Amino acid sequence: MLDVDIKGQVGALALTARFKSEGGVTSLFGQSGAGKTSLTNMIAGLIRPISGRITVNGTTLFDADKNINLAVQARRIGHVFQDARLFPHMSVRSNLTYARWAGRRKTTRSMDEVVQLLGLQPLLSRKPATLSGGERQRVAIGRALLSDPRLLIMDEPLANLDQARRNDILPYLDRLCAEAGIPILYVSHSIEEVARLSQTLVILSDGQTPAYGPVAELLARTDLGKATGRHEAGALLEGTVCHTDSEWGLTHIDIGGATIQIPDLGAAPGEPIRLRIRARDVALATEAPKGLSIRNRLEGTIRSISEESGPYAEILCSVGEQTIRARITRASVADLGLEVGKKVTVLIKSVAIDKRQRAPVPG
Amino acid sequence: MDFLTLQPAEWQALLLTLRVAAAALLVALPLAVMVAYGLARYRFPGHGVVNALVHLPLVLPPVVTGYVLLLAFGRNGPVGSVLRETFGITFAFNWTGAALAAGVMAFPLMVRPIRLSFEAVDPKLEDAARSLGALRLVSFLTVTLPLALPGILGGAILGFAKAMGEFGATITFVSNIPGETRTLALALYTATQSPSGDVAAFRLTIIATIVAFGALIASELLARRLRKRLGGADA
Repeated sequence: MLDVDIKGQVGALALTARFKSEGGVTSLFGQSGAGKTSLTNMIAGLIRPISGRITVNGTTLFDADKNINLAVQARRIGHVFQDARLFPHMSVRSNLTYARWAGRRKTTRSMDEVVQLLGLQPLLSRKPATLSGGERQRVAIGRALLSDPRLLIMDEPLANLDQARRNDILPYLDRLCAEAGIPILYVSHSIEEVARLSQTLVILSDGQTPAYGPVAELLARTDLGKATGRHEAGALLEGTVCHTDSEWGLTHIDIGGATIQIPDLGAAPGEPIRLRIRARDVALATEAPKGLSIRNRLEGTIRSISEESGPYAEILCSVGEQTIRARITRASVADLGLEVGKKVTVLIKSVAIDKRQRAPVPG
Repeated sequence: MDFLTLQPAEWQALLLTLRVAAAALLVALPLAVMVAYGLARYRFPGHGVVNALVHLPLVLPPVVTGYVLLLAFGRNGPVGSVLRETFGITFAFNWTGAALAAGVMAFPLMVRPIRLSFEAVDPKLEDAARSLGALRLVSFLTVTLPLALPGILGGAILGFAKAMGEFGATITFVSNIPGETRTLALALYTATQSPSGDVAAFRLTIIATIVAFGALIASELLARRLRKRLGGADA
């Protein structure tokens, strides 16, 4: 669906990107300065790569060898910019319909549908200057959707928003990613957003793409080190809501062979759900502990231990079909005699799994 | 009451001035918009030379500009003779020549504010427009041009004012012919050269002031409406 293999140069940054994605939501993840915006600008046609190929849905947008380089306006890529870039002299309505009247795009998606999806009805006759940051981004997303795109690029749409505004817009993004029906390339430096929204993850680090693949698989990899962000690193679990214990306000999630209890999220039984368990919130025990407040105690097997030079060790444990990542001290690894294949009890505090770490399963 | 009615010669000078200034603006403004956009958005070899050429009439003595025009666009000048033979257009000693001189003199005054207003429009908005399918020209016409309109209006007013008052280049290039090239400024000059011309000069001064004042007020009203349409919240 999306096949990128390019080399380029933007200022001092040499960019070499190679990844494939089978549609759905693909996240391009990397720290500031890693080249995320340069890469999306090349895909969008705003910057010309030096060599390589870009293919979307079977259409070649760029091929240096065959001398193909479609112009920006011919690529049919909906581009949601970090700074929204709404046209300040037009109403929200004219912004939304711009692709139709100025770009001559025939839209398969109806205006009503997009307005509905993003909650834009009350904004239609307003000017961009009167909108809040979150509203602007929603309009920008709607405008891109109405340009009949074959790919939607979202370049850190939440980066300029505060946490409250982010929480306002995230539910819309959940719906968009689930319902858009077109591939989305979602650019972010927040592992939370990536884990929440995407199926495929592409890691970009210093202009290189060291790894790409299914998001759960990549988040469980310990060899990517700082590229995935050490502090926020964690594994992704997918499960189904069993029931909610209203007396204690806990929701029970079946993760395949084991149950996790998390604070009540008001989800209906049977609903699929995705949880991100940060490595630093996970502890390991060699025997079943007694007199402990931690509610989630899962039987697991150590799959790998990677000790780093500092005080930390990253442990991957198999729990049923899924993988949980734990960060503990190297000292504990030594004291407990942890080794690959050893049975352990994986301990996760329920309260560590807050609202930001969970989301409906995308797609 | 006689004092308030315009005499035929005054009418003639006033109408001629307006015609010359309007013609100068009509031809020079689109050209100024293009040159200003080019200078604002593109870095090309010779950028500095083009910029200097545009500003030359501003720093040269107007008589020099008029003389250069006379050499180039005169009946036997290299440009003038070609234009006359192929298109039948003559500039020399003709009101169109006055308009040409006024346009050339007004050109730098128009380019400057228009260029500044183009530079104030974020070029990334055009990227956004193109990502939505708009061709380069369409994105310019629908996004950049309307956003730069207040600056273009400012340039147009400045240019119109300069064209109305142009003197040195005009008299050098097309001389001072009543009904053909004698604009208000030239008529005023003629009056001051006559021993009995004080009253005439005074009347012409008042006419020129009223026209200029009216144009300023009209443009201010227009600018206010434009800002309101473009600005959104703050207007």
